[in-house]
Amino acid sequence: MITVYVPRDSAARSVGADEVAVAIAREAALTGTEIRLVRNGSRGMLWLEPLVEVATDRGRIGYGPVSPDAVADLVAAGLFDGADHALCQGPVDDLQWMRDQQRLCFARVGVTDPLSTEDYEANGGLRGLRRAVGLDPADVVAEVTESGLRGRGGAGFPAGIKWKTVAETEGELKFVCCNADEGDSGTFADRMLMEGDPFCLIEGMTIAAHAVGATEGYIYLRSEYPDAVATMRRAIELAYERGWLGDRILGSDLRFDLHVRVGAGAYICGEETSMLESLEGKRGMVRSKPPIPAITGLFGKPTVVNNVLTLASVPAILSDGGSAYAELGVDRSRGTQVFQLAGNIARGGVFETAFGIPLGTLVNDYGGGTRSGRPVRAVQVGGPLGAYVPAEQLDLPTDYEAFAAAEAMLGHGGIVVFDDTVDMAAMARFAMEFCAEESCGKCTPCRVGAVRGVEVIDKITGGQDTEGNLALLNDLCELMTDGSLCAMGGLTPNPVRSALAHFPDDFTANRREAR
Amino acid sequence: MTIDSAGASVADRVRAVVAAHRDDRGALLPILHDIQAEFGYIDQAVVPVLAEELNMSRADVHGVITFYSDFRSEPAGAATVRLCRAEACQSVGAERLVADAEQVFGVKLGQTTPDRSVTLQQVFCLGNCALGPAAEINGRPFGRVDRSRLIEILASRETGGAP
Repeated sequence: MITVYVPRDSAARSVGADEVAVAIAREAALTGTEIRLVRNGSRGMLWLEPLVEVATDRGRIGYGPVSPDAVADLVAAGLFDGADHALCQGPVDDLQWMRDQQRLCFARVGVTDPLSTEDYEANGGLRGLRRAVGLDPADVVAEVTESGLRGRGGAGFPAGIKWKTVAETEGELKFVCCNADEGDSGTFADRMLMEGDPFCLIEGMTIAAHAVGATEGYIYLRSEYPDAVATMRRAIELAYERGWLGDRILGSDLRFDLHVRVGAGAYICGEETSMLESLEGKRGMVRSKPPIPAITGLFGKPTVVNNVLTLASVPAILSDGGSAYAELGVDRSRGTQVFQLAGNIARGGVFETAFGIPLGTLVNDYGGGTRSGRPVRAVQVGGPLGAYVPAEQLDLPTDYEAFAAAEAMLGHGGIVVFDDTVDMAAMARFAMEFCAEESCGKCTPCRVGAVRGVEVIDKITGGQDTEGNLALLNDLCELMTDGSLCAMGGLTPNPVRSALAHFPDDFTANRREAR
Repeated sequence: MTIDSAGASVADRVRAVVAAHRDDRGALLPILHDIQAEFGYIDQAVVPVLAEELNMSRADVHGVITFYSDFRSEPAGAATVRLCRAEACQSVGAERLVADAEQVFGVKLGQTTPDRSVTLQQVFCLGNCALGPAAEINGRPFGRVDRSRLIEILASRETGGAP
């Protein structure tokens, strides 16, 4: 029987993957060909979606982007035999985009049926957990510490240290919480992993539970990701059926219960303490730290809070060893980073590779520059709270410290590209507008500062006492940076100040015109 | 208390939702999601019922409902069109799409057309940042949306096609 793959990933669905799958099933029936249609995750080459793959003895042959209308023609041309066609990309594993990656987190995404436990085990799944349950919890923590794994949500805090704190805090009840509130524009890797390899996250969380002595876990998943919610919930059901969750996991003494909780459209709930409040059924108001969640977390209990990709990195670290993981990367940025190429980009998608690769290599070589074909003007890295990097600085190597030294933020590796038509004063204004919209309102610098920021930028671009208002904006940014309770208000000045520093003319264009 | 067509009072239906989450920790958010799924929106009238059932103050329940943008205080139109206005989608023309949509439907973001056919909303990121401008229509994702594709999608809905 011929196996045909059509992704179920919501990005692929957004450009017609469901209709393509229906058309392929119909054509197969019409031509009397027996096929097995697998709805896999996405390979991450989103410009090729919907990417149809056919298993052949030459490997999986890809066709993309396939529109529903093209399917009849494709089948007639010999799709089911992997025949040549204008849309044929050749063997997918041989494509440079795939070959040049080091996929640890994303090893199975796009390859397997996300909800097949057999596929999961056949492709290296559960090896990490099997090894972990045979180890002393402290040794599991040591392995993660040795790997150098840092939090992938953006802050880059060493995961091993966080786990050690939770493990060493006394408590009958401890929690593992996965922050899947991936609200930053330009990031979609958490979503793709949950839709494409949900068991990997379950396995990572279960290992964390064993390491720190937790018995209950929550995945806080944003409501904007309905497909990920459905896939994770189904995967959890299947994991219970297989004894990968619940009592006596894999025959060990480990007990771990896992729940999905859906957010309700609040960006701030991606901030870990706000997320904990929301999980408790409250308004997502940021908590003051200390106390840190590792000691006083969900319902006041010791809690591990990690991002999706942090937890999804753990199974590979346990199965292959922390030192193997640490061999990848540069300096204090160990392992791989899942870069997400987004915005105005010709070839957008997910590219997982060791830290250190220059930003420009990702944007121009793999990404192919802008989708519009115009010159790249600015790149925002690390989400809405990350700095704008001008095209002249694209040689910046992608590691946490190099970015920090350039007053930018690598964050979670989301990269949003803008062409030369972008108005950077408008983007700076938007950063403040977004902060005003999404601020939880607990601290004044963020709640009021963001509103004032919009007003001051409007005055500057309106040519009203430009010098005076630029000085005021600078003051305001300083105050928000130093006085805000969390990263929302504290980092909003990043995009604003970088736009001012690199593109000052955008702010004063009106004044010049007025002269 | 109001009796709806099914015969069960609103309060009873709210209590049934709460009962289904009796064993969940901090269950207010899942409860509110379920209430919105049950009624299409969260009516002011459910606040005192929830407050009593959950042993919370009305102010606390109200505070949670109003904090989260997902929870609606009135029913949505037949189609809920959510347009992403975050940076990645802006880089490929999201603001233009928003202006187009406001013109096509004759309403501003956050409003519902007078015939209740469309509710237009903004959203900050649908996680489809490489195929923007991104939209979500009644829970279904759409990528590379422009004015004509938006009109096409909604027209095919009305004629019973996808979605």
